[in-house]
Amino acid sequence: MSTIEAEVDSLRAEALEELARADSEAEQDVWRAQWLGRKDGRLTLHLRSLKDAPPEQRAAFGKSLNDLKATLEGELEARREAARAAAIAALSTEAVLDVTLPGRPQSLGRLHPVTQTMNDCIDAFADMGFQVFEGPEVEWARYNFDAVRIPEDHPARDMWDTIWIDTLIDGERNMLLRTHTSPNQIRVMEQSDPPMRVIVPGKCYRQEATDATHEWMLTQIEGLAVDEGVRMSDLKGALYAFARRLFGDERQIIFHHSYFPFVEPGVEMAIDCFLCRADGSNCRTCHGTGWIEILGAGMVHPEIIENAGYDSSRYTGFAFGVGIERVAMLRWGIEDIRHFYQNDLRFLRQF
Amino acid sequence: MKIPLSWLKDYVDIELPPAEFAKRVTDAIAEVEGWELIGAQWDPKLVRVAEVLTVEPHPNADRLRLATVDAGEGPCTVVCGAPNVAAGQKVAFAAEGAMLIDGHTGKLSELKLRAIRGVESAGMVLSEKELGLSDEHEGILVLSEDAAISTPLVEVIGDVVFDVSTWANRADLLGILGFAREVAAVTGEELRQPDLSHSQSDRQVGDFVSVTNEAPDLCLRFTASIIEDVQVGPSPPWMQQRLVRAGMRPINNVVDVTNYVMLETGQPLHAFDYERVRGSEIGPRRAHEGEILTTLDEVERDLDSEMLMICDGEGPVAVAGIMGAENSEVSESTSTVLLEVANFQPGSIRRTSTRLRLRSEASLRFEKGIGPELAPFAQARAMCLLEGLAGGRPATGLVDSFPSPLPSSPIALPAARIEQVLGISIEPAEVIRILLALGFEVSETGGVFQVTPPFWRTDVALPDDLVEELIRIYGYEKLPTTVLRGALPEVPPRPLERVRERVRSSAAGLGFQEVVSYTLTSSEILGRVVAADDQERGQPLAATNPVASQHTYLRTSLRGSLLTAYSANRRHEDVAMRLFEVGFEYIPAQSTLPQERPVLCAVLGGQRLERWKRAGTESLDFFDAKGAIETLLEDLGVEGIFTAEEQFGLLAGHTAAISVGDESVGVVAQVYPDVAATFDIEEPVFLFELWLEPLTRVIPDRPDYGPPSRYPEARRDLALLVPADMPAAPLLDVIRTHRVRGVRITVDVFDEYRGEGVPPGQKSLALAVRFRAEDRTLGEKEVSRIEQGLLRRLEKDLGATLRA
Repeated sequence: MSTIEAEVDSLRAEALEELARADSEAEQDVWRAQWLGRKDGRLTLHLRSLKDAPPEQRAAFGKSLNDLKATLEGELEARREAARAAAIAALSTEAVLDVTLPGRPQSLGRLHPVTQTMNDCIDAFADMGFQVFEGPEVEWARYNFDAVRIPEDHPARDMWDTIWIDTLIDGERNMLLRTHTSPNQIRVMEQSDPPMRVIVPGKCYRQEATDATHEWMLTQIEGLAVDEGVRMSDLKGALYAFARRLFGDERQIIFHHSYFPFVEPGVEMAIDCFLCRADGSNCRTCHGTGWIEILGAGMVHPEIIENAGYDSSRYTGFAFGVGIERVAMLRWGIEDIRHFYQNDLRFLRQF
Repeated sequence: MKIPLSWLKDYVDIELPPAEFAKRVTDAIAEVEGWELIGAQWDPKLVRVAEVLTVEPHPNADRLRLATVDAGEGPCTVVCGAPNVAAGQKVAFAAEGAMLIDGHTGKLSELKLRAIRGVESAGMVLSEKELGLSDEHEGILVLSEDAAISTPLVEVIGDVVFDVSTWANRADLLGILGFAREVAAVTGEELRQPDLSHSQSDRQVGDFVSVTNEAPDLCLRFTASIIEDVQVGPSPPWMQQRLVRAGMRPINNVVDVTNYVMLETGQPLHAFDYERVRGSEIGPRRAHEGEILTTLDEVERDLDSEMLMICDGEGPVAVAGIMGAENSEVSESTSTVLLEVANFQPGSIRRTSTRLRLRSEASLRFEKGIGPELAPFAQARAMCLLEGLAGGRPATGLVDSFPSPLPSSPIALPAARIEQVLGISIEPAEVIRILLALGFEVSETGGVFQVTPPFWRTDVALPDDLVEELIRIYGYEKLPTTVLRGALPEVPPRPLERVRERVRSSAAGLGFQEVVSYTLTSSEILGRVVAADDQERGQPLAATNPVASQHTYLRTSLRGSLLTAYSANRRHEDVAMRLFEVGFEYIPAQSTLPQERPVLCAVLGGQRLERWKRAGTESLDFFDAKGAIETLLEDLGVEGIFTAEEQFGLLAGHTAAISVGDESVGVVAQVYPDVAATFDIEEPVFLFELWLEPLTRVIPDRPDYGPPSRYPEARRDLALLVPADMPAAPLLDVIRTHRVRGVRITVDVFDEYRGEGVPPGQKSLALAVRFRAEDRTLGEKEVSRIEQGLLRRLEKDLGATLRA
């Protein structure tokens, strides 16, 4: 064995032995600097001194040193790779997480359950071509009552207990908090021409005592479709689609007779009770009838069509009004309507 | 309205079980809200009709007696404590094992017989209390004489009482006969009419009384009859029972007959003691302004000149159609009855009863509109009953003031209209059957039905009213479900709704919980957040009749609502809270409805959650609020300009107005601590508002799109010294608007520092400035040149120097 080879072998042995002792990444970096450092690594220095070697040995010595350099770099890489693998392995052995501990908290906000329900109702009707229209909550008595065929001194006024505003405009015009969204049937017909398909969401108010099913501030969505050829069967079809969208595909609906001065014929719509499925039990929601009333509806009264300036023998329409709180209560099994506007986070965060 | 099934069956046969009957009624007639079963617990074998044969004293007790009764199995002895038991009575008898209400505990329990004072009892003669009919237990229940011995009691007085809610335009449904007519139309059964037959004496009504109608506009018809030789006393048990089940109190046979006929026909009647009607005359007239009348309920009523009274020869005896006066009431000593059956203008009755705050069974019927033709029918029915039950002798005829009978005019209903409205056709024979069953006259020629409504259907005037009659009886279940046809309407832009729903969902996405508050609040709460001299918000609209005093004023600011909600939740939340609401400020306007201004208002505060979901040491601050609003605006595609501002209720130096372009769009601030304290909030609490209407005018329809740059940006971090009271905004503006050919400069602040190393009166702002060219990669030298130019300008314009 030539001295060159012996010298390279001894260098190799020494370097590899030191590398074997360098366990950490930092020690490996030190080792690299010591042996392969660009300025004064020991192997670097040897390579640099090649030019001083006897010319006949220079090629062989150079090859040996370059081989050694490749070996050391390869070994270092292997060591580093092993260390990384070991570190990753350690994550799953020594640094195991208790994955049952709670996550780092993030702030979560939600929409109010009435907003969520309203959005779902709007979406359901929007898909049938209905557009949103909005009207004022503080309304003229004329729109809220007279224009929808509820004149003063008519007992139908008892159907809506009214909160009045104590200011008279121009000494004669009475304002009130709208008791229903129906005045917007008139507002819509004043502002547009058939075909009309609108829904009007918004708050309404009633002068009444609150209990588990009555709240003085409530949210409604009014629907109105007026055109040539609008039939009561279309009303039933639209409400059927709505009921299925909100309460499930297997829902059935029925109409039964009712009276609202602004529609003729007038109906209430009920859905089959999905809580007891009419099993004869003493159901809290449907009272054992198997049906849950959810909205009032009907064909727009021909006088209202005429008053809006359209020929009622040509144009027909339907209208409906849905109480959003009632829908929300049914979807989520909320037992008391008074929860909605108390703003208790323990309630609101559940939806 | 309470409708006893047994009474209803006088006029129509009903075989349906209660639940099925209730459903059919609700579907087609009126809403059945519930029903009460009477006698469901009476075992037909054990609780039966018995006759009292004899009554003897009890050998061992003064207060008890021994009754021999026969319940169909021969005489047996019963110990009885009731004072009213007498031979010949038909009574309710219970054998051992019957389920009865225990007189002492009030609970349903099984009858166990035992010897009472040494005498065995074979059963029990029952009071109303033991049967569960009422609390009456002083005496036994005496049944009608025609009840047959051994008949199960439930067949004699068992019943179902339906509670039915009828409609505001249907007075006819407030009569059991009218209700029966509808039931007959639904079930196809025949309607039976009540007995109207009565005798007529040889005296004429006109010899007793004359009628003057001084207000024919308000009193559409006034009839009077005279019934002589009336024996006033209790009405028979069957009538009392029906009145009680229908919700009225029996008084005496005369008054009971008037109430009975009202419940039966829907026509109110009023009985006067003829002897107390002064001057032998009676009739309606308007009250004088300020005239006073004491009604039967012993309340003095102040009348006005649009209210109608019934007067005799000397003065008022009743508020027309609402309530009688004490001065002419029927009493024990009455022997001649003057029976008034009248008809009044519905709106007038409604107005008077509303003004007087006096609703009666009569006014509830009159205000809905009763056909004037019903009056003679009710007269005849009442005379029939008074003759049969009180021994009265009706005088011949009626005094009848009926100034302007309205001829009934037919309504033309084309068959095509039925289909146009409903979407289905109904066979002509079925149309005719339904309308006839409901009492309409109908004929058909050439596809058009000529339909005349009966007098009691004052609600029916138009063809579509008839369409409703048809479909409700025909059955809504036969209506198919179809899809709307025809063209879709044009879609107008809804910018406000778009912005509102966008910020609503973004706010929730940023961790804010949406709340919804009552829009009516108190002046006290509004006064905490709105200055009294605030031109727009200081004078809120008020409700005349609020549901509660804390809900009197329409809020002109949402801040009070949010702070109230924050405070209420703070009682059970110990960490940071972020709440928002989207609602209206109701700003009073001149000569029109208030402006309803849409606002998003949010409040936040409290300690940030740390790793273990507990309150950390760091609290939310102004910049959390500002950061949220910046993000909301960024989501809308705009950037807000924040300038220091002072506002009522907000902490000066911690308040910024927000604008976008030329529009003021909101505010962000710390709530003034003393104001927060009035809501019991002791920690720093912050709020922001976004005003949605002005926002709609500045947000772009679509984002300002440009392709991502292909060239890298160069970043330089600068620390600048500026006067301590100088806001960062102008500095940033200068940098952003610094123009160099083709180079876009952006900047972010990443630190604000005062203290060691910074001269007093100055602060250091650390800025990350980024340079990007659209067409090339910027070299080191070029960036440095731009940076030097920028620094020179900052020093010249704002006195900002590079920190050494």
